[in-house]
Amino acid sequence: MTPASIAMNRFGYGYAARDPAPADPRRHLFAQFDAFDPAPPTIAARVNTRERTGEMLALLRRLRQDTRALTAASEGAAPMAQSMADSMGPENPRAAALAGLPPEYREKLIEARRVLADDIGVRVNLAVSSPAPMIERLVHFWANHFSVSVGKPGTQFEVGPHEFAAIRPHVLGRFADMLKAAVLHPAMLLYLDQFQSIGPNAPFAQARARRGGDTPERPRGLNENLAREVLELHTLGVDGGYTQADVTEFARALTGWTVPGIGRVGRFAAEQPGGAAFVALVHEPGARQVLGRSYPAGEAAQALAILDDLAAHPATARHVATKFARHFAGDTPPPALVARLEADFLRTGGDLASLTRTLVEAPEAWTQKPVKFRTPFEWLVAALRLTGAQALPAQRIVGALTQLGQLPWAAPSPAGYEDNAASWAGPDALVRRVELAERLVRNAPQDDVVVRAEAAFPGALGETTLAQLKRAESGQQAIALLLVSPEMMRR
Amino acid sequence: MMHAFDRRALLAGSLIGAGTLVLPRVAFANAPGHRNLLFVLLRGAADGMAMLAPVGDPGLEALRGASLEDYVNAPRIGSFFAVHPALAEVAKAAQAGEALFVHAAATAYRERSHFDGQNLIESGGTAPYATKDGWLNRLAALLNEGAPAPLHALAIAPSVPLALRGAAPVSNYAPSALPEASEDLLARVSQLYAADEELGALWSRALETRAMAGDDGLRNLRDATAAGELAASLMRDAGGARIGMIELGGWDTHANQRGAFARSARQLDALLAAYRTGMGAGWADTMVVVATEFGRTARLNGTGGTDHGTASAALVMGGAVRGGRVIADWPGLADTALYEGRDLAPTIALESVLAGAVAEHLRLDPSLAMTRLFPGRGDAPLSGILRA
Repeated sequence: MTPASIAMNRFGYGYAARDPAPADPRRHLFAQFDAFDPAPPTIAARVNTRERTGEMLALLRRLRQDTRALTAASEGAAPMAQSMADSMGPENPRAAALAGLPPEYREKLIEARRVLADDIGVRVNLAVSSPAPMIERLVHFWANHFSVSVGKPGTQFEVGPHEFAAIRPHVLGRFADMLKAAVLHPAMLLYLDQFQSIGPNAPFAQARARRGGDTPERPRGLNENLAREVLELHTLGVDGGYTQADVTEFARALTGWTVPGIGRVGRFAAEQPGGAAFVALVHEPGARQVLGRSYPAGEAAQALAILDDLAAHPATARHVATKFARHFAGDTPPPALVARLEADFLRTGGDLASLTRTLVEAPEAWTQKPVKFRTPFEWLVAALRLTGAQALPAQRIVGALTQLGQLPWAAPSPAGYEDNAASWAGPDALVRRVELAERLVRNAPQDDVVVRAEAAFPGALGETTLAQLKRAESGQQAIALLLVSPEMMRR
Repeated sequence: MMHAFDRRALLAGSLIGAGTLVLPRVAFANAPGHRNLLFVLLRGAADGMAMLAPVGDPGLEALRGASLEDYVNAPRIGSFFAVHPALAEVAKAAQAGEALFVHAAATAYRERSHFDGQNLIESGGTAPYATKDGWLNRLAALLNEGAPAPLHALAIAPSVPLALRGAAPVSNYAPSALPEASEDLLARVSQLYAADEELGALWSRALETRAMAGDDGLRNLRDATAAGELAASLMRDAGGARIGMIELGGWDTHANQRGAFARSARQLDALLAAYRTGMGAGWADTMVVVATEFGRTARLNGTGGTDHGTASAALVMGGAVRGGRVIADWPGLADTALYEGRDLAPTIALESVLAGAVAEHLRLDPSLAMTRLFPGRGDAPLSGILRA
């Protein structure tokens, strides 16, 4: 690969016809810092769904009074990540499953799926049309680092806003700000069960114990899930030196952080910036000890203080540097690059613009050979940019990503989608890209394919690919071949 | 119902040292022949105590409380264990003598991260990320030694899972709802990838798999029944895959476990039933092994769920399996018996179960299988899994 090709493909989402050729590759990338729009009009114009999550959960709770309705509703609600993907596909095989749900819940579910599909459409169309594709890549990298996934009722309304409001504004800001915004967002609080975690000695739990304790159907207490994943995935990393006691203490500090409008304690909620709520009644009182440091009793501020310290921890710097390097410079990231990024993160206190600048300046990120196999999402966005697609309908985007196996905000685990070739470079994955390529090019301009290919991979187009493009039976077939060429599959 | 018991009395299987077995190292003449192996990995740490509830243990009531209603009329194996009612077809197979459970089993992993735990059960190593290839791939390589052509090993998944990654050739297949690409384009793509080592190899495997799947490919993987049928259709014929792997998620039941576990269990049950039916006469030569990365806490948590734990249950099914029993050295559920005071304690190495089961089924020397598939794990492979 040439430096110009690396700038567009390894760092960005590939060539788009309206882009100027990157004369100075590094300057081309630095210019994107200014070209990036953290709050573009399509996000600003998004319908406000802030109330919907609480409404949906309240509705579910009401339906649970009736046992029969409970069975039907929970059957329909939980496999939503899957049924969501299915219903967006061309065949819609799960539509029948909706029929058995109580009508009010069915309506909410249909609305939730539409909002989710629209948000996926916004994400993809922004990246396809962006003059700052490298920064869009950063948005998607960090969204995957703080992965949230649809599946629990209400999350469909929240996963889009999680990326738009908690990730996107911070990709060139401070890691600590992104961490607090991403972890304490309703999407994450729902996804990792934080919203129903209650301190055992909180006033609410104590009052309930006096009344006769938990009902067997609705037990409530401490849930460690979010605390554990923040330590393991978002900050220190699995070998970051924390213990089970740290997990439990952090989980206690997080009690009270919940989603507005849910449960009997909802009316005591104090709204927080970012859309979460804090309910002091369920917060575990007292001081905390996490990683050998003491935190005085402090309600909502207690978890914030712990998150600030986690963001500044050396293990976090190493963990973040490794993932960042892996994403841009290879599945086995060069140790020298990891060290460079780690030092930068520590020196600047987690300044992500500086981290990105250091990456772009690092020689290890510019090795000539391709270092990564494009994930399905990266490949689709690059293919759409190359074909010149504009404002594709959300349903088509969702259908394509479902078939490719990488729907945004639907990763199978809190670790997000895998970022390595072993997970994506499979025989079946290739077939799907070929099938999709043939469909994508139907409406694409078909002239000058060779010229476009040379602009997309300046000085880096292989002889085999060039020969195949020239030999194609039609312009349409030539673009399809370009979309699945080895140059397109790797970056 | 609750009375004291001798935990050793439950040890229905045997952990005889492999040295006592008189088996050829590798029976090349007919190995693997038409014997099929399907490995089902339950991702997310499936709760073994929900899958196969130790209802005869006096400690269970205090740990699991209201959730035990689910087992009132559930099928029993012996008087001590009850199969979760959502696993009705599995229970029937057990009653027909074709399915057995192993309980209180765990890999060498003793921490509680899904990702590390799955890395270990897939790589077959003793520490996460230390082993780069997977134990199923090493099994394929072992069977390929001296064979005229490598066997087909196949993941029914959109990408190849770690358990199947490695030096032996493998492929993956997941049904696609896209219209098939034109033959002409496929031929041109073959030329496009001819000079590219990685893409060329992937592409030729993709074309082979497509040819094998025939016209039945357009099914939805997420539909468990279809996945079971698809796996059978790709494995039952003479030219089909000998080793298959399927992953099922939805087992990380941190909250409101009763509903969540039942949903996932129903999927597993439907998948296994469809696979068993789909294999037809081939079922007699087929083994299915179902396992998960680790178990869950013995006690329900404050939100009616369970958190990451240690030992869990595994399931072995097949036409030749000596089923209808539970192999366990039951550790008990008293507070002092729980691992770190919270988890079901592991008393059988899951690696022993995997190595022992596949060795007996595929006529491999069990100790050789143990060494090659799970190097560094000193335990003896489990024996007596098949009917003599």
